[in-house]
Amino acid sequence: MATLEIHDLHVSVDAEGGPREILRGVDLTVKQGETHAIMGPNGSGKSTLAYSLAGHPKYTVTGGTVTLDGEDVLAMSVDERARAGVFLAMQYPVEVPGVSVSNFLRTSATAIRGEAPKLRTWVKEVKEAMERLNIDPSFAERNVNEGFSGGEKKRHEILQLELLKPAIAILDETDSGLDVDALRVVSEGVNRVRESGQVGTLLITHYTRILRYIKPDHVHVFAAGRIAESGGPELADKLEEEGYEAYVKGGASE
Amino acid sequence: MAETIPAGSTTDGVIQVGQPTDARVSAPASYDVADFPVPHGREEDWRFTPLERLRGLHDGTAVADGGVKVEVTAPEGVTVETVGRDDARLGKAGKPVDRVAAQAYSSFEKASVVSVPKETVLTEPVRIAVHGEGGTAFGHQVIEVGAFAEAVVVIDHTGDATVAANVEYLIGDGAKLTVVSVQDWDDTAVHAGQHTALVGRDATFKSVVVTFGGDLVRLHPRVVYGAPGGEAELYGVYFTDNGQHQEHRLFIDHDTPHCRSNVAYKGALQGAEAHAVWIGDVLIRAAAEGTDTYELNRNLVLTDGARVDSVPNLEIETGEIVGAGHASATGRFEDEQLFYLMARGIPADEARRLVVRGFFAELVQQIGIPDLEERLIAKIEAELEASVG
Repeated sequence: MATLEIHDLHVSVDAEGGPREILRGVDLTVKQGETHAIMGPNGSGKSTLAYSLAGHPKYTVTGGTVTLDGEDVLAMSVDERARAGVFLAMQYPVEVPGVSVSNFLRTSATAIRGEAPKLRTWVKEVKEAMERLNIDPSFAERNVNEGFSGGEKKRHEILQLELLKPAIAILDETDSGLDVDALRVVSEGVNRVRESGQVGTLLITHYTRILRYIKPDHVHVFAAGRIAESGGPELADKLEEEGYEAYVKGGASE
Repeated sequence: MAETIPAGSTTDGVIQVGQPTDARVSAPASYDVADFPVPHGREEDWRFTPLERLRGLHDGTAVADGGVKVEVTAPEGVTVETVGRDDARLGKAGKPVDRVAAQAYSSFEKASVVSVPKETVLTEPVRIAVHGEGGTAFGHQVIEVGAFAEAVVVIDHTGDATVAANVEYLIGDGAKLTVVSVQDWDDTAVHAGQHTALVGRDATFKSVVVTFGGDLVRLHPRVVYGAPGGEAELYGVYFTDNGQHQEHRLFIDHDTPHCRSNVAYKGALQGAEAHAVWIGDVLIRAAAEGTDTYELNRNLVLTDGARVDSVPNLEIETGEIVGAGHASATGRFEDEQLFYLMARGIPADEARRLVVRGFFAELVQQIGIPDLEERLIAKIEAELEASVG
């Protein structure tokens, strides 16, 4: 069973006047089949955690470990992490001019699965996944994320999640900028993947709204670069009532 | 994220899109080199070109010494001739428009004429192989396609040479000519020339210009229409590497009613001192009612230090047209794109190939000659290998 273990993770970014520490000792274990919601105020370091796990070059790990089934994730390149089973659904997916969605999905699936999917079953697989997410078939011929609306970009991220079937899915503010209908479609996509029991999900969000659709097993409050409190789903209810004020005050250190 | 830069704007001195000026920027055209002053580099026509790398083609000091081998392979029915300067078929498509083209016209000794008789439909391309063997040469080529004939011609430039050579395409009424000009020179070659097409009534001209090699390549693809109903499609692909200067200066002269033109040039650049120049001049004269024209230039900058100058000019003297438009944009392959593709398991070198292949695919497909398409795709991959290491 796949397990992602984050231990005492410290991460910095280059800023004016030298490196600035954003993550200050994160400890978290996500097992296949579990869903962890990470909630926190803006600037608490939630997205930094997501991008650090995926290996974005902007972030420098200054301490701690991240392992997937005992393998050192931090020693892997970005593409190696993806092939090992780490998937990041991005808050701001990147436009890639000149590369069609269909070409991109197939290249990616080939890389992740280690062999090119059989063309006939692949076409069907993509078509059905797109239908489930209410993605128009014409998207297959458009360039990756180019001219996509915010909602289209998020659905395209979840399409990849469904096709690539990672061991660990990190969803970085997938709910931001979505209207209620789009949020429901996207959440259903995430739930389909979760129901397989094969994925450990790290759901990063600012709002509790998405938790009405995607029920977490564990809720963690992120503040000032580390997990300030952990609990069950009831912790989300408390945040809904009280907001992040207690954590911002208590955890403020800058 | 790729940035899209609308025509007329400038970003940080690397990518420049010029303001439209008079599309007829050239000095008066002439067959005689003496009618053109030696350029000093500040003229509108010459301001992007490093004159010192022209090896004297522009100032009269270049001396022809042969060293360029031309071989023509033509299917049955095609006439291939070597003719003297006084042959009546020379110079019909149009006059040279700059000093180097005029120098070529004034200096060649023999010209080559390839003729496809009227109503002849070729099933195999005519192949003209121009191979440089280190010398300096002036040349002139005429390709004449009779009424209702159909032909594909490939002009393939390889090796090392200093060449100024013009090509004329005479396309008869109702004829169809596709020309692929490949500049696959060694990185030491210098090549300048004017390619002028005279498009007959209801005739179709398709040009694909592919520039990979050369230290300096400077081409003028030009189209004029002899009668109404003509159609011209001009496609271009260039891959400009470290230290190369590749310049394509197009001019479409809509002086005749009911003609169409469509231009699409795409280039990728990599390495320090890589410099691509694209000038797209379209002039719709008052008489050219019913004109339909569009031109597009796209550039993909793969590494820092490369420079693109993209200048679309559209000048319209009549409102009675079907359509006229232009677009120019330069994007960068950025770390964020690389990260996104890698985060989906795609290795870095493959990610780069994916982007560049996709960028060029639609234009390479326009060639329609499988062995040539494969060679160009392989060439693009090889260029990328060189950069990725």
